[in-house]
Amino acid sequence: MDWQDDGILLTTRPHGESSAIVEVLTASHGRHMGVVRGGASRRMAGVLIPGTQLALRWRARLEDHMGSFTVEPKRSRAVILEDRGRLAALNSAVSLLHISLPERDPHPALYALSLGLFDQLAEGEEWLTHYIHWELALLDQIGYALDLGSCAVTGSNQDLAYVSPKTGRAVSREAAGDWAPRLLPLPRMLRPGANGASDPDAALDLTGHFLARALPDAPLPDARARLQAWVTRHISVAD
Amino acid sequence: MNDTRDIEALIDLMARLPGLGPRSARRAVLALLKRREALMAPLAQTMANVVLNARDCRTCGNIGTQDLCPICADPARATGEICVVETVADLWAMERSRAFKGRYHVLGGTLSALDSIGPEQLRIPALVDRIKADGITEVILALNITVEGQTTAHYIAEALEPLALRLTSLAQGVPMGGELDYLDDGTIGAALRARRGV
Repeated sequence: MDWQDDGILLTTRPHGESSAIVEVLTASHGRHMGVVRGGASRRMAGVLIPGTQLALRWRARLEDHMGSFTVEPKRSRAVILEDRGRLAALNSAVSLLHISLPERDPHPALYALSLGLFDQLAEGEEWLTHYIHWELALLDQIGYALDLGSCAVTGSNQDLAYVSPKTGRAVSREAAGDWAPRLLPLPRMLRPGANGASDPDAALDLTGHFLARALPDAPLPDARARLQAWVTRHISVAD
Repeated sequence: MNDTRDIEALIDLMARLPGLGPRSARRAVLALLKRREALMAPLAQTMANVVLNARDCRTCGNIGTQDLCPICADPARATGEICVVETVADLWAMERSRAFKGRYHVLGGTLSALDSIGPEQLRIPALVDRIKADGITEVILALNITVEGQTTAHYIAEALEPLALRLTSLAQGVPMGGELDYLDDGTIGAALRARRGV
């Protein structure tokens, strides 16, 4: 078995004394693991950093073997390590991909969005907005798409203020009526036509609620909690 | 009948050491057997002593044979600076350089989301207590430039922010003897951002 693909490095662990087992998110082969011979070497230390974009070649004798990768760096994103918030977002994204995607199940759309997210984390100004929309896309890919564009009751896209905690559909203030206390608040930054990250902590609360529902077998990763704590401490919320 | 079970057991144990496999362990044991009196006996005696006496320094986490390691026991090293390292191996590497004259704090690992290692599994609360008690003026974060190392460094930096002390980290860039052509993009980028006047 043999294929070539592009991928984003998610995790790396030492394997023996000189090799590493890496986990990558690939364009056409989904989340995939494999051994990198010499992956623990000093030469590879600067390459096998999570977030790095790699040109991959995977080989195995049988399809269901773990197999081995030969890797070539295509784009380093090591600059993310220097910034607390961006690094917290990288850790959170990697942890969520690790627990939410089955191995070897292709998600080309999520791969493209993840590339965009990691590029933003490396050098974009709107990285937090991208991160939150990436979590919405992840929910969509694992079957928990939120519908925040129109009211589930009236169909209107005006004055949307709540989200049903069960269906993930938006509800307008008027339609919510007495049910409002039982609904989740719809963050301003996720309302139709909104720009920027005006209330990222509320947005992370919302996506966190649905991620916890979508991934019932494991608690949400500590890395995500650390990102949320960082956002709460450092991002001023615009009223 | 020639009973070599003890020797085979020794080879098996040696083969568990880093850097040794079964074949190299066999060669090491053969070398020891050839120099039984000169090398093997003192090695066995020294190992027995270390097994009995080795302990973690109660202050910094270094390994020594007393409750306080030689660095923590040396009053000349009370410079008000603490260098935070991940493992004892990192502490020993720093000491080999002879570039740092202060004291150390060994965390015992790094934060790792995938391995579920949180702050409570590391010696971070002990670090904060020590800084408050010892009048520390500078903390040098000498953690590995990996995702886990830098996540831990940022976490410690946040935890120490209220203490109003100098927080620094090791420089990143071109290693001694390094050739640019062989460096990865991330290292070159870090070196360029950390450039200095000449």
